[in-house]
Amino acid sequence: MSGNLSAIFYLISGVLFILALRGLSSPETSRQGNLFGVLGMIIAITVTFLSIGNFSSGFVYVLIFLLIGGLIGAYIAYKIPMTAMPELVAGFHSLVGLAAVFVAISAFLNPEAFNLGSTGNIKFGSLIEMSIGASVGAITFSGSIIAFLKLQGIMSGSPITFKGQHPLNALMLISIIVLTYLLCSNQSSNLFWILLAVSFLIGFLLIIPIGGADMPVVISMLNSYSGWAAAGIGFTLENSALIITGALVGSSGAILSYIMCKGMNRSFFNVILGGFGATEQSSSSQNKEQKPVKSGNAEDAAFLMKNASSVIIVPGYGMAVAQAQHALREMVDTLKKNDIKISYAIHPVAGRMPGHMNVLLAEANVPYDEIFELEEINNNFANTDVAFVIGANDVTNPAAKTDPQSPIYGMPVLDVEKCKSVLFVKRSLSPGYAGIDNDLFYKENTLMLFADAKKMTEDITKNL
Amino acid sequence: MEIDPFIFRLSIFILSIFIGYYVVWSVTPSLHTPLMSVTNAISSVIIVGAIIAGLAGNSESIFNTSSIFGFLAISLAAINIFGGFLVTQRMLQMYKKKKKDK
Repeated sequence: MSGNLSAIFYLISGVLFILALRGLSSPETSRQGNLFGVLGMIIAITVTFLSIGNFSSGFVYVLIFLLIGGLIGAYIAYKIPMTAMPELVAGFHSLVGLAAVFVAISAFLNPEAFNLGSTGNIKFGSLIEMSIGASVGAITFSGSIIAFLKLQGIMSGSPITFKGQHPLNALMLISIIVLTYLLCSNQSSNLFWILLAVSFLIGFLLIIPIGGADMPVVISMLNSYSGWAAAGIGFTLENSALIITGALVGSSGAILSYIMCKGMNRSFFNVILGGFGATEQSSSSQNKEQKPVKSGNAEDAAFLMKNASSVIIVPGYGMAVAQAQHALREMVDTLKKNDIKISYAIHPVAGRMPGHMNVLLAEANVPYDEIFELEEINNNFANTDVAFVIGANDVTNPAAKTDPQSPIYGMPVLDVEKCKSVLFVKRSLSPGYAGIDNDLFYKENTLMLFADAKKMTEDITKNL
Repeated sequence: MEIDPFIFRLSIFILSIFIGYYVVWSVTPSLHTPLMSVTNAISSVIIVGAIIAGLAGNSESIFNTSSIFGFLAISLAAINIFGGFLVTQRMLQMYKKKKKDK
């Protein structure tokens, strides 16, 4: 196949990828969009085979490795529980990053195959593009591994900070630029390996100071990086499908990071520099013992909800941890039979990744037109009888509106305190990730339900 | 006047960033998780480079250092392609409207 023809097909597959993302603008068109994506991928792979036109023995091995990866991927896709989606996405990011690194390595070792010049004499521009792709890929890989370990709970979710962290990171970023420059001028393979090693290391160092609850930002950011890495490699390979995709994914991740930061009212740099919540803890948690808390059991909660005419459900990360989404749906079904109006309110940063709560509710067969975003539903709390907060905390804290001293001051929150009564399902009174006490716990119209979210919802259903 | 082909690739890149910007803002927030998994899948089109690398070995030596990295990258990208598209499809199947048969 001629170079021009294959370039046109790569362009087509790039356009199909754009349509794949476009489909996600509504759930009805999304499934079709996904098929466009699959089609784009099939075209890209087929064209690559045809343009190389080498169906000798190496071809068999390509198919074997493709099949091995495909089987592993399909197995994971079918087995993974929906609650583990953040870990899965982080894991997938790390693979994209590592694949970018590997492609860059083989292009560096065998530039003739990629039409980039000869070993030790690679075209200057290609070498820059390759270094950028490899370096960003390596950062994506090691950063995603840390994010994965933190989300899995293998590594503690609390921020790890040490003295001199920021200067060290800055120094390493500068050294990456210097190394790239040196590499381009003398083509030494040792420099290439050092560049990769430094990039891997900085990926680790960048993510370890970031706390577990900031993971929505981290995952989005790494998503963005994986895109830029792909784009870098796309420039090296002079492949428009890869360049288009890299740009799409890069800007997608960047937008998601922006949305997540806005949901927390924090700047991107504030999140990235990390260590949030480590210092405030001591100051705010001293006087909470004295304040009276009304706690109740499943019977009380069932009584309150049965006599309500409308209930808003506010899910959070705790619901995901307890896997309570199905139990919650059953409770809601019972409530609906009593003609109680139900809606769900989802805060942008609820859970550990963008859209995390929506996926869990969708899994439990909650129709998506009962689910509302913060701006859509916030005015409705005032004329609602009961707010049922399950596994959420900071996103309901009124201190964000009233207390300028609070570290979360200015963060958009759900106005649950405006409801006639608030039910809080929580395992204990412990503060949320920000280490801030929630005034809502001590309000007159709040009833605390101390239990595992799943067990409590099941008990409430029995009492309805 | 000759224009370096790099400039054309750069144009594609910049325009695609703008397309990405507008397309992603129109994605409904409830589908942000599928958005991430599908972007994962499509960024694995990097497999194109991996295939070139894997097939670069000549007939006497299919496996050399360069092509081995290529083969490994093929597997990694394939995990993502299959895993990413399938898990996205699985998620999207779950998004349903309220049934009208009440």
